[in-house]
Amino acid sequence: MKNAANPEAEAEWIRRILAGEKHLFHQLIRPCERAIYFLLHSLLHNEAEAEDAAQETAIKVYRNLHLFRGDSQFRTWVLSIARNEGLGRLRRTANRREESLDALTDGDAGDFTPAILTSWREIPAEALERQELARLLRQSIDGLPEIYRNVVLLRDIEEMDVRETAAALGVTEGAVKVRLHRGRALLQRALAPKLKMFAPKRRKLFGWAR
Amino acid sequence: MRIDCKHVWQHISAYIDGEVDAALRAEIDKHLETCEICSAVLDSTRNVVVLVADDRVFELPAGFADRLHARLDAELALEDMR
Repeated sequence: MKNAANPEAEAEWIRRILAGEKHLFHQLIRPCERAIYFLLHSLLHNEAEAEDAAQETAIKVYRNLHLFRGDSQFRTWVLSIARNEGLGRLRRTANRREESLDALTDGDAGDFTPAILTSWREIPAEALERQELARLLRQSIDGLPEIYRNVVLLRDIEEMDVRETAAALGVTEGAVKVRLHRGRALLQRALAPKLKMFAPKRRKLFGWAR
Repeated sequence: MRIDCKHVWQHISAYIDGEVDAALRAEIDKHLETCEICSAVLDSTRNVVVLVADDRVFELPAGFADRLHARLDAELALEDMR
């Protein structure tokens, strides 16, 4: 997981915060900020609202810190609070997005056939210096059905393991695996044909082919 | 028993995560040796997984952390007054 704090240090901070060293909460929550924000952005599709919801989440985590039992990882607990905050906001929004939270279930058949290619030249991470590539990746992830997007976000972007992802989203580990597989397949299908243009140019021999 | 392409695609995600058992992994590896389509599908999927994990793809809005911690400070101060 990205920037994961070590659990013992976390437990110690929590104990001290509850004993009165409140300022330590800032460093306790810091490693969770990214995941909180992007999970909420994935649910709410709006930067300003995701940020406001992220702040509310942090405050709720602080107010409820005495309820954290330590039987899950702290970040998992925090993300389940973030998810509830996001879902609560969606429910309160009269003008719900066309994508209903209940619309898609794991049982739904879908076409998860990958884009068929006969060769692949790796796109190196340096290609991300190009804003258009980062934008293309974001758009493709934003375009995933929600149940796949949330899992891809936590597993592949925030690099959480299967168990934590399942706990944070309130689903089984089996569902996480199925959704991740489908989410990746949808991403590969959407992206592979477009990503080819970001492959490094082959060096041409003798310089005649330009 | 030789496995076919569709069978390989079903396990690509688990294969990338190292979650297929040794026997299945050996079958898939054998298939990949001779199937350029599955090799390309695997390589491109793995490439996509690596790219989306890069911090440059999803960046927090500028000033996000400052605003979050300022709001937390306000909450902590408010608590002192209660």
